[in-house]
Amino acid sequence: MKLNTTINGMPKNLEIRPDDYLVDVLRANGYLGVRQGCDTGNCGVCTVHLDGKSVLSCVLLAIKAEGHEITTIEGVPQQAATIANFFVEQGADQCGYCTSGTVMNILYMEQLVEDPTEEEIKHFLKGNLCRCTGYASQLRAIQAYFNLRRQQKSEGQVPRGGYEDENRKPESP
Amino acid sequence: MKIVNQSLPKMDGISLVTGKPVYTDDLAPKEALVVKVLRSPHPHALITSIDKGRAEKMPGVVCVLTHQDVIRKPFTRAGQAYPEMSPHDKFLLDHRVRHVGDDVAIVAAIDEKTAEKALKMIKVTYEMQPMVLDMETADTMPPIHPEEDIKALANFGHDPAHNIAGRVDFELGSVDEVMPECPVVVTHTYKTQGQAQAMMETQRTYSYLDVYGRLVIVSSTQIPFHVRRILGNALDLPLSKIRVIKPRIGGGFGSKQTVHSEFYPALVTMITGKPAKIVYTRREVFRGTTSRHAMTFDITLGADRDGKIRAIDMKGIWDTGAYGEHAATTLGSAGKKVLTLYNKVEASRFSGKAVYTNHVPGGALRGYGVTQGIFALESAMNELAETLDMDPVALREKNMIRKGETTKLYNMVTKGAGDAPMYMDSCLLEECVSRGKALINWDQKRITPQRHGNKVRGVGMAISQQGSGLPNIDMAAATLKLNDDGFFNLALGSTDIGTGADTILTQIAAEALGVSMDKIVLYTADTDVTPFDSGAYASSTTYTTGNAIIDAADKMKSAIVTAAAAYFQTTEEHISYQGDQLICYHPEDSITLADFANKITYSTMHQQLCVTGSFIPKKAAPPYMAGFAEVEVDLETGKVTPIDFVGVVDCGTPINPRLASVQAEGGIVQGIGLALYEEATYTRTGKLIQDTFMQYKIPGRADVGKVRVELLDGYDETGPFGAKSIGEVVLNTVAPAIADAIHHACGVRIRQLPATPEKVFMALREKTLDKK
Repeated sequence: MKLNTTINGMPKNLEIRPDDYLVDVLRANGYLGVRQGCDTGNCGVCTVHLDGKSVLSCVLLAIKAEGHEITTIEGVPQQAATIANFFVEQGADQCGYCTSGTVMNILYMEQLVEDPTEEEIKHFLKGNLCRCTGYASQLRAIQAYFNLRRQQKSEGQVPRGGYEDENRKPESP
Repeated sequence: MKIVNQSLPKMDGISLVTGKPVYTDDLAPKEALVVKVLRSPHPHALITSIDKGRAEKMPGVVCVLTHQDVIRKPFTRAGQAYPEMSPHDKFLLDHRVRHVGDDVAIVAAIDEKTAEKALKMIKVTYEMQPMVLDMETADTMPPIHPEEDIKALANFGHDPAHNIAGRVDFELGSVDEVMPECPVVVTHTYKTQGQAQAMMETQRTYSYLDVYGRLVIVSSTQIPFHVRRILGNALDLPLSKIRVIKPRIGGGFGSKQTVHSEFYPALVTMITGKPAKIVYTRREVFRGTTSRHAMTFDITLGADRDGKIRAIDMKGIWDTGAYGEHAATTLGSAGKKVLTLYNKVEASRFSGKAVYTNHVPGGALRGYGVTQGIFALESAMNELAETLDMDPVALREKNMIRKGETTKLYNMVTKGAGDAPMYMDSCLLEECVSRGKALINWDQKRITPQRHGNKVRGVGMAISQQGSGLPNIDMAAATLKLNDDGFFNLALGSTDIGTGADTILTQIAAEALGVSMDKIVLYTADTDVTPFDSGAYASSTTYTTGNAIIDAADKMKSAIVTAAAAYFQTTEEHISYQGDQLICYHPEDSITLADFANKITYSTMHQQLCVTGSFIPKKAAPPYMAGFAEVEVDLETGKVTPIDFVGVVDCGTPINPRLASVQAEGGIVQGIGLALYEEATYTRTGKLIQDTFMQYKIPGRADVGKVRVELLDGYDETGPFGAKSIGEVVLNTVAPAIADAIHHACGVRIRQLPATPEKVFMALREKTLDKK
């Protein structure tokens, strides 16, 4: 069957099977920044955005993306690089396998929480597991990222949120 | 030191975090056949018939292989130096299955769904065999390995007729003489569970034949060279026909120190000539690979009333599951790297047996036996402190090893150590303890537990050591090549499994050669082009591979000086190598390294400078750590919440302090998982219950409290620029420190991990009933 969807701003018409999960379809079509950790929707590694909201692509049937807009880490290169710099600065990258999903969820968090506290960060990113870092360095990196965003916002550089292209900004919940 | 001891960013970090395709499955050819493994639903059975006809006839299925199609030859999957210390007790696709998840058959098909469907078409008839599910009685049960052709290459008391995979026994002095003289004797039994490595990237491999018909294996592995040897052994191929390449690795923690996913695509590629790949599912990892060896230890401590410990007796049983992978070596580490902490005893004894059961096999997991041994011994130490009414810190201070001290045990348990005393000249354990005590505010918090309503806070502590590589066992080598324009290629067989080893090793090379980081181009690891390295295990990469780089750098500098002497038409003593510059004193002259490299490559001497250095550890260089935990116990529910964990580590010179600290933070959180959350239990029919992340709970970011790490300014003269290891030592103190903090908070001792709310609640209830 056919899947009509938009991936990273590009309209796509993909051949899928009804029982394909989104993660497999994305990877088969070259979006290899989407990784898979658990197959059961528990680890957050496969996080992508569907219409700007985080979803776990390993438990979402691909057909559910029909008519919707998917964003993978490949679709947010500048934002990912900004966050990556803070991760690397803090040594929070480690094996890196979980980080593309975590970055996507940080970007989603940014849409919902203006200036998250430590507790809010921990709560929001609970579903993104990491076995290497022990999370402390990630917390430092995420806080540093939000400091930068706060600064940018106060200087009027960014209107709001992680999607710098206003047209693709997700709607507020 | 300009480049080492600097917190430089990981060189590959930006690529990893921005989602670049760098891991095994990202690189696999699109046309690769997808391989799937049919796994046993039974803990112990004989396959009486296997019918693959229907599966083979399915459109899209390329081959189906069972034990009838492969060579029958015993081998071990455990990645260790040769001759392997683990018994050769595994057959590829055997006709006997020994645990739920053991391999039965494989299918290769054009896609995953076809392969999965074909698995269901294979008809297997099993004849059940007696299950061995209790390690305490395993040696009285019918053997799990009755085959006559299995063997052990190393002498660890392998006795498959009695389900014994290995034994380790050693004794310093005479425990039987000293123990009865001790006025205070404490005996308890401790148990730890089969913790999972739970790396985020599951095992995965792809394979193809190169233009010369050689088998190329690209795999997420910690041990490329051992993979080559083990595959060669299992598939009966000469090693010259196999090439193993490792790309970026999504975490290891020991899981990829045992060969698993490599066999199946290799078989398919050999038989079909086509590229093949396998990606393990998470459930497959839980059921079909390895976990930490579950253990039971009886510990007896004998002491004087003033707290001087005189005798330690450790007696353990180790559950190695269906295969003896890493069994005797982890078991041995539980004694060797644990008892040596207390060097003032008159006698200490270790006796342990690793038994076969029909559980998921034990394997390597960060800490490698020391974690289990430390939980048992350090918990017993804390109970002894209680019996003596003594501060646990004071008990450690009175008995633990200190700088410049030794024990004969080091000579007894270190291969090739000889008789000369092995002094721990770089040991900062004393400072670890005193600094940790200050950071957690021990003196104040230990007086009385803080109670707020139903919630009580307590503190506890423990100490640990580990190794830095394996003396006289594991070797690493490094090749350096000088290129035109004056930069170096550094080829290493080591594997960065996410720790930042590639960055750290580049720092060591740049420092040793006196050049900036961008003058070093690193390549790891490919058995065809990089020199030998045992692999990323036993906390060895910084120490062992780092020292090999220093050896290579010394050889490179001396090769450059020799060539420069010829270039300046003088003798070597007049040449000074200064990194970017070569100075000649007589006649007075100089040249930049870049110009010199251009000249010797293109115009004057036409030679390639290329050297290889290698290193084998000779002496134990243990890192040390003191861990202090603060927890909150909910008296109503038994739930334990970690509040604060302070880890103070002596890892010698941290080559990259930030990456070393993150190693420690990550290790501590794995320890919190072991202590509180990660259960591994079996059904009565031998099936692991927690076999996905749905049931197996690894700590999330809201489950760990505050984690604080401090690295001491240590220096070990045998390490590269003074470095010792850090990878494993950081996990070990957590569980015993948390168990003691729980006791301090609410008075119950948890002697069997993990300390789940249920266990704590039941213990609290029992305590209240006892009082009544």
